[in-house]
Amino acid sequence: MAATLRDVTTYDLKLAAPLAAGFVLFFVTPLAILLALSFQTDPQGGHYGLTQYVNFLGDRFSLGVLGSTLWLGVKVTALTLLLGYPVAWLHQRSPGWARGLIMLLVLLPLLTSVVVRTFAWVVILGRQGIVNATLAWLGLIDTPLKLLYTDGGVVVALAQVQMPLMVLPIVTALGRIDPNFADASSVLGAGHWRTFRKVILPLSLPGIVAGCLLTYAAAITAFITQSLIGGGQMLFMPMYIYQQASTLQNWPFAAAISIVFLVSVLVVVSIFNALGRLSRGYANA
Amino acid sequence: MVNASPNGPASPRGQTLLLDGITQRYGASLAVDGVTLDIRGGELVALLGPSGCGKTTLLRIIAGFLAQTKGHVMVGGQSIDGLPPNRRSVGIVFQNYALFPHMTVAENVAYGLDARGADRATQRSEAQRMLDLVKLGHLGDRAPRQLSGGQQQRVALARALAVNPSILLLDEPFAALDKNLRLDMQIEVKRIQRLSGITTILVTHDQEEALSMADRVAVLSQGRLEQFSPPTEIYDAPDSLFVNTFVGSANLLGGVLLDCDRSAGRVRLDAGGLIETRAPKGDLRPGARVTVCLRPEHLSVAPAAGDGDTLNGVVEMGLPLGATVVHEIRVGDGTAVKVSEPRIQRADLLAPGTPVRLAPVAPRLASVFAAA
Repeated sequence: MAATLRDVTTYDLKLAAPLAAGFVLFFVTPLAILLALSFQTDPQGGHYGLTQYVNFLGDRFSLGVLGSTLWLGVKVTALTLLLGYPVAWLHQRSPGWARGLIMLLVLLPLLTSVVVRTFAWVVILGRQGIVNATLAWLGLIDTPLKLLYTDGGVVVALAQVQMPLMVLPIVTALGRIDPNFADASSVLGAGHWRTFRKVILPLSLPGIVAGCLLTYAAAITAFITQSLIGGGQMLFMPMYIYQQASTLQNWPFAAAISIVFLVSVLVVVSIFNALGRLSRGYANA
Repeated sequence: MVNASPNGPASPRGQTLLLDGITQRYGASLAVDGVTLDIRGGELVALLGPSGCGKTTLLRIIAGFLAQTKGHVMVGGQSIDGLPPNRRSVGIVFQNYALFPHMTVAENVAYGLDARGADRATQRSEAQRMLDLVKLGHLGDRAPRQLSGGQQQRVALARALAVNPSILLLDEPFAALDKNLRLDMQIEVKRIQRLSGITTILVTHDQEEALSMADRVAVLSQGRLEQFSPPTEIYDAPDSLFVNTFVGSANLLGGVLLDCDRSAGRVRLDAGGLIETRAPKGDLRPGARVTVCLRPEHLSVAPAAGDGDTLNGVVEMGLPLGATVVHEIRVGDGTAVKVSEPRIQRADLLAPGTPVRLAPVAPRLASVFAAA
């Protein structure tokens, strides 16, 4: 019996070996190279040191890009949560056919390319776009509003693009909540709002944390949407790294800001994870 | 408004509950079909039936989770039809207890008091008083998942009773407990129900539970009320073939009704023999085809007499079941009849193949219904 068990274990490890090899080759190694590169003092190679990091952390412009990127993630996540939670809740409360329809609408963005979705927002938000045309037709504005290439435009477009990442975990979390909890709450005298605030919301926290984590990570790294909707005036970390590496050929500096960005994201993710651990007790009961 | 103060009446007199012609329609099917139950204040009534009989639907209607298609629910003579669940003053213990997992035991018990606007001090003292009542006063700070099944059920009961409801609903509350614990909890719940004097509805598919706990049992089948009587009457004088077979076990024998009056009847059995029965249910005339229901303990096994107009058969199997011994006898028309006798009276099992005669232990025990 023990021998059989050991056989199974060795098999399992062998089966995981190709994935592990691929992981080492295509993820760990490049990351190590990136880290090594970031310590080069000069794009032409040569000495190693902390020059690139000092440059980045001493530069108000660079820190501003980092700050606005992390802050962009917060705004997108907040908006996505605000719009996504009611959708997930509606899905939970709907009859079978409506659930299918809502789920289709939620998943639809995932079925089209990010480029297509983003260009759709360019069409919607542009000077001659749907929003401006409608407002002008209603006589509410005389000159087109500037919607494209604004912070608000980027936030709204990213929120729409990342919506499934927020809605799906919350739908799952809500689905795990025993319907008897809501019944028990109402029989004990609680109205809808109290039941939501005291029972449903706390018990769906694990889904909220997971959704926020996914949305945040996706929003701050969304190169295409950030660039197309944000345009030239707005610079976020992914584009900043791209410019340094591709246009300016300053690979060590690009590597250094990549590492700084990576660490910053890891810090934010750790905070979310800590929140997740705090809320996990609710889900496992 | 419910009085949540500790100085309120300790043992409120139970409210009457009237279900008046309740009908619940789901599309084309009737989940509940014109059920009327007049329940006295402080009474413990069991709704008994197989799954799909409408008992859970009735419970959800009383709680206000469902609005009935027709009929009225009256508590203490007042209609509660228009009230949402949170204004009905009803307590429920769910089958899975539905304790809020993110709150402590004490917070669970205080939840209803909080929802009703009681202040912190009242919440704490009332929750403690209710936990003491269910003998869990020392576990208030625990999380529900740290408690055993029986303890969780006590907490659920304390939570339901803490808001001093007019009606207590128990939805299959003992189904998740193992057998020994179940009996303890049944006694415990009955004790607390007597103590608080609260009108209680117990929904169950377990006939023993219904018969042992309830003051009266309402047997439901396919949405209709089959019988609403005290437990002994349900068992001894079933109103329908369904009640007779669903509650306890019964041997069904075909026959022809010879004659009958208000108190008794006589049936010639297809398997042989004449039997004196209770008065037939329904409009049956002499000559009608009938089904006779004989409970296993209504019969005894005697040595075959060889002649005469008797119910004869052959032993197929004997089972010693501790206090009783059960024989399965194949009678004249091929039906297998179970006979249960105290083992004191029958020390040895009868060997398979033994020819025997079956005789009722007393006259007029069997029930008679129109043949199905």
